[in-house]
Amino acid sequence: MTEIGLGHYLTLGAIIFTIGVIGIFLNRKNLIVILMSIELLLLAVNINLVSFSIFLNDLSGQIFTFFILTVAAAEAAIGLAIIVVYYRNSGTILVEEIDKLKG
Amino acid sequence: MIAHSLFFYFFSFIAIISAIMVTASKNTVHSVFFLILDFISISCLFIMIGAEFLGMIMLIVYVGAVAVLFLFVVMMLNVAQQNSELIQKNNKYTHLPIGLIVSLIIFFELIIVIGGWKFKPDIISSNYISINSNITNTHSIGNVLYTDYIHLFQLSGIILLVAMIGAIVLTFKKRSGIKRQSYIEQISREKSTGVSLIDVESNKGVNIDD
Repeated sequence: MTEIGLGHYLTLGAIIFTIGVIGIFLNRKNLIVILMSIELLLLAVNINLVSFSIFLNDLSGQIFTFFILTVAAAEAAIGLAIIVVYYRNSGTILVEEIDKLKG
Repeated sequence: MIAHSLFFYFFSFIAIISAIMVTASKNTVHSVFFLILDFISISCLFIMIGAEFLGMIMLIVYVGAVAVLFLFVVMMLNVAQQNSELIQKNNKYTHLPIGLIVSLIIFFELIIVIGGWKFKPDIISSNYISINSNITNTHSIGNVLYTDYIHLFQLSGIILLVAMIGAIVLTFKKRSGIKRQSYIEQISREKSTGVSLIDVESNKGVNIDD
């Protein structure tokens, strides 16, 4: 219990990943919360990579975390730009009212 | 070792609670603040297990840039008022069971993978980069990132450039009431369209129409 190993960090990553998935599935609010849940998913992946890198004594995991960080920043910028454009065109970003593709 | 485990449980507890609050809180601004708290506690964990550079970069990039970007967008798009209207309108959770079931299945799959995970120490391939404990974490990352991973590093720079251009192009709006400079219009003016000679009669004056 007191010895913190690789399993503890992986469990933390799994819990945060699951919370992110729940946040995407059960979202009743706006699109920004969905983007934040995607950030949580990427954070969980980063936790897994860094803990593997430390406990396996291999630096490559931290390098990959660096690139994931870059892609996450780019994704957040593009996603928020798309949300701003959608709000300008349709006047709402609520998940309930975005139903144009429902048919 | 006791302090290490105590700090691990402290930071991971804060991280899990704030991750739950990101998805559960009614106000979007509160969600952004809990996201910031989550990033800070995870970067504390990174610093604690020895990845100091990534912890600090996480603080700078996520808290300093991404979370502030989220705050700006929440501020610009009047979402709080719409949220309260929606909550008053309908408060039913129809797709709660299926979402919970799928999420719990994903969680148990991840836990099973962690529990049954084993590796042979001699199966690691020969081209891995071991962590040298004589130099700092930043130094060793810099040694690797600018030599072995230089192409991926420049590719990530291109990704950031494309993201910047894409965000600008997406949110660029042409407004009609504003006079803009157009070089092709300016240099293609001719004497016939620009200047007109008027023969003014005496005591009449000239009508200037804009």
